Amino acid sequence: MSETNPKFTVTIDGQSVQVDPGTTILNAARMIGGDVPPPAMCYYSSLKGSGGKCRTCLVEVSKGSEKDPRPMPKLVASCSTTVMDGMEVKNKSSEKVIDARAGVVEMLLINHPLDCPVCDQAGECHLQDLAYEHGKSNTRYEFERRTFDKVDIGEYIKLHMTRCILCYRCVYVANQLTEQREHGVLKRGDAAEIGTYIEKSLKNEFIGNVIDVCPVGALTDKTFRFRSRVWYTKPMDAHRECKCCSGKAVVWMIGDEIARVTARKDQYGEVKEFICNECRFEKKGKADWTIEGPRHIDRSSVISANHYEVDAPEHTPLLNKA
Amino acid sequence: MDRKLLLEHIGVEGIHTHDVYRKNGGYKAVEKALKSMSPDDVVEEVKKSGLRGRGGAGFPTGMKWSFIAKPEGVPRHLLCNADESEPGTFKDRYLMEKIPHLLIEGMILSSYALGCNQSYIYIRGEYMFVLQILEKAIAEAYANGWLGKNIKGSGFDLDLAVSTGAGAYICGEETALIESLEGKRGNPRIKPPFPAVKGLWDRPTVVNNVETIAAVVPIVNDGGGAYAQIGLGRSTGTKLISASGNVNNPGVYEITLGLSVEEFIYSDQYLGGIKNGKKLKACVPGGSSVPILPHYLVCKTATGEDRLMTYESLSEGGFATGSMLGSGGFIVYDEDQCIVRNTWNFTRFYHHESCGQCSPCREGTGWMEKVLHRLEYGHGKMEDIDLLWDIQRKIEGNTICPLGDAAAWPVAAAIRHFREEFEWHVKEPKLCMTKNYGLVTEKTFETVNG
Ligand SMILES: Cc1cc2nc3c(=O)[nH]c(=O)nc-3n(C[C@H](O)[C@H](O)[C@H](O)COP(=O)(O)O)c2cc1C
Ligand code: SF4
Ligand code: SF4
Ligand code: SF4
Ligand code: FES
Repeated sequence: MSETNPKFTVTIDGQSVQVDPGTTILNAARMIGGDVPPPAMCYYSSLKGSGGKCRTCLVEVSKGSEKDPRPMPKLVASCSTTVMDGMEVKNKSSEKVIDARAGVVEMLLINHPLDCPVCDQAGECHLQDLAYEHGKSNTRYEFERRTFDKVDIGEYIKLHMTRCILCYRCVYVANQLTEQREHGVLKRGDAAEIGTYIEKSLKNEFIGNVIDVCPVGALTDKTFRFRSRVWYTKPMDAHRECKCCSGKAVVWMIGDEIARVTARKDQYGEVKEFICNECRFEKKGKADWTIEGPRHIDRSSVISANHYEVDAPEHTPLLNKA
Repeated sequence: MDRKLLLEHIGVEGIHTHDVYRKNGGYKAVEKALKSMSPDDVVEEVKKSGLRGRGGAGFPTGMKWSFIAKPEGVPRHLLCNADESEPGTFKDRYLMEKIPHLLIEGMILSSYALGCNQSYIYIRGEYMFVLQILEKAIAEAYANGWLGKNIKGSGFDLDLAVSTGAGAYICGEETALIESLEGKRGNPRIKPPFPAVKGLWDRPTVVNNVETIAAVVPIVNDGGGAYAQIGLGRSTGTKLISASGNVNNPGVYEITLGLSVEEFIYSDQYLGGIKNGKKLKACVPGGSSVPILPHYLVCKTATGEDRLMTYESLSEGGFATGSMLGSGGFIVYDEDQCIVRNTWNFTRFYHHESCGQCSPCREGTGWMEKVLHRLEYGHGKMEDIDLLWDIQRKIEGNTICPLGDAAAWPVAAAIRHFREEFEWHVKEPKLCMTKNYGLVTEKTFETVNG
């Protein structure tokens, strides 16, 4: 935004911040930081069109703007609602939000297999964290859960549709990467599934990134599947010369071996620089990489509680529920 | 009392053909508008008429038209919503099947008013035979110079095409319709931006129901003022009602808004009363999405006034004791019908039709269906009733598009008014399989505007 644009002031849970017009409530909340930002399971900053679907980021707008102070009649998705000057938003301070969010979490879980013990995502799963922080401890769902068969989409990626929360992030990755749509959502309602139609493999050089954007264990790295639990690996920042991408990645080590390569994620679990398939799937030798040092992993991974870092910066480990 | 504005000539032999339609005054409104009215004049008449959208929400059409963005050099589009998939609603089909040129004439007038040169009718795929009727009528309209370049020497060009859906209720939601028309999966878009600013191919777009567009014809012929004289208060004009259920004369009726519900159900001119001399148990006045009313709130409001067929009177009392005119799908239930079964049936529909984009609707509709199924088949528990209430509450207002609300409201209303019938299903698991509950007892409501 240009200098001449006036900033908007928005207050979220009592904390004010000045932002450019056009900023969403969620991004304003992220600028405030701490525990103000609502959870976001489908929005992904770098994926155009993402957001609005999971409804975990619902917030209450208790004052619309300075000009029109009326509250908004319904809760709104903070990831897809832009701020107005003087807007006041309630996230954690709203009973309505807490209640609705617990409802959304419950909905996301009723058909979810919760096979965390055998799921590669366990320990760095956004759904686990979400359920832990915003859900209720019991389920009221007493029916058979929906299941899908596992499928291979391409050489390196496994789709475990039963675990998918239909956030559409992988669809947007594929849309942005590929010329023709090869990957999308088939069927509808709770029968909807991610698919490549006739199980075509996704061949794009960057398609591996669908694994990183997936908030759950629905898309996993076949070169890592069941190699190890996340918490037994040590994430290290590393880089290499790559013709295709920046070559900046995180290598997850077991002892001296590289078990897995991922892109680098920020504190909201978002990748800022996508990496190519070669870096991710084919460069597993220690000699392939220049190791920079331990990667700080924020709260979205159990790793953050492991104290593997020498100088552990501030982190917020997930504590056991009493 | 009734004036027929849309179905006046419906009985005329061959009215579906151009020549007969023309002989009965057809395309006069187009001649009038193109010769003596500017596009803004047409918009003005529609505003004056007080016409409200007939697709369900009842939004004033003139106002909707005046919101359309008009950036220089960007084409605009008018889309006619003929997806008509709401259970209980079949009026658009009747109109298109019997008198297709009325819709085409309305499309020409509305496109002219909005400055659109390429308009579309989006019709549900199941209406294949109606599609054929429409395509034939459109070909006739082209052949007679009502469509195409420089219509009747006015300098106004309009191309009109029909596009079919593939069997999804959700494609009736205007932004899903736009996606579908663009050849994509019919997922509703997140608003804003609204179609009036960014619709089809990101161009300013208006979506209107079949009946709304057809009503523009009499408005242009007789003037918006004359139209506004018909009806009652803010419910102006006539309305097509699709009447079904346990009545003697089901079918499509064109009524003058303001008619009493009692007269509509019981008079021989209309539905002719409940079939087989049975008692009225309940009524869904506006299509499956609107709240169901128990017998004692159908013909009278909670305050004892006559209930009328208007937007206002049908919603009198809010959701606590009222309902909505909606799309005019008027479903009547006699004393032998089971409300639990009906609610399960509706919910099964919404579960099947959810696009699956947002978690509360995708998961919640299926969950409600399963719980209702269990209740209906005598396996339910008392807690299930509160559970259902809670699930619908978690869906309502928390989704991308109104299908979530449409799935929640019928469940909420059924529990609100028929809780004792749900409880009976739990208490009498065997009996409920062989017998129906009958009428529910009258309740008074402390809060009328709940
Ligand atoms: C799930 C859903 C289905 C809908 N189906 C239809 C439909 O079949 N026909 C229709 O005219 N409007 C339907 N609507 C309403 C449209 O979104 C839109 O409001 C309407 O076409 C506007 O026309 P109107 O202003 O002339 O009423 C539906 C809405 C929803 C949420
Ligand atoms: S995706 Fe997450 S919540 Fe689901 S089974 Fe895997 S770890 Fe558990
Ligand atoms: S596979 Fe993963 S990224 Fe794709 S929609 Fe499902 S949960 Fe989202
Ligand atoms: S409310 Fe239902 S139909 Fe509408 S967008 Fe959400 S999932 Fe799709
Ligand atoms: S993050 Fe906002 S709806 Fe999913």
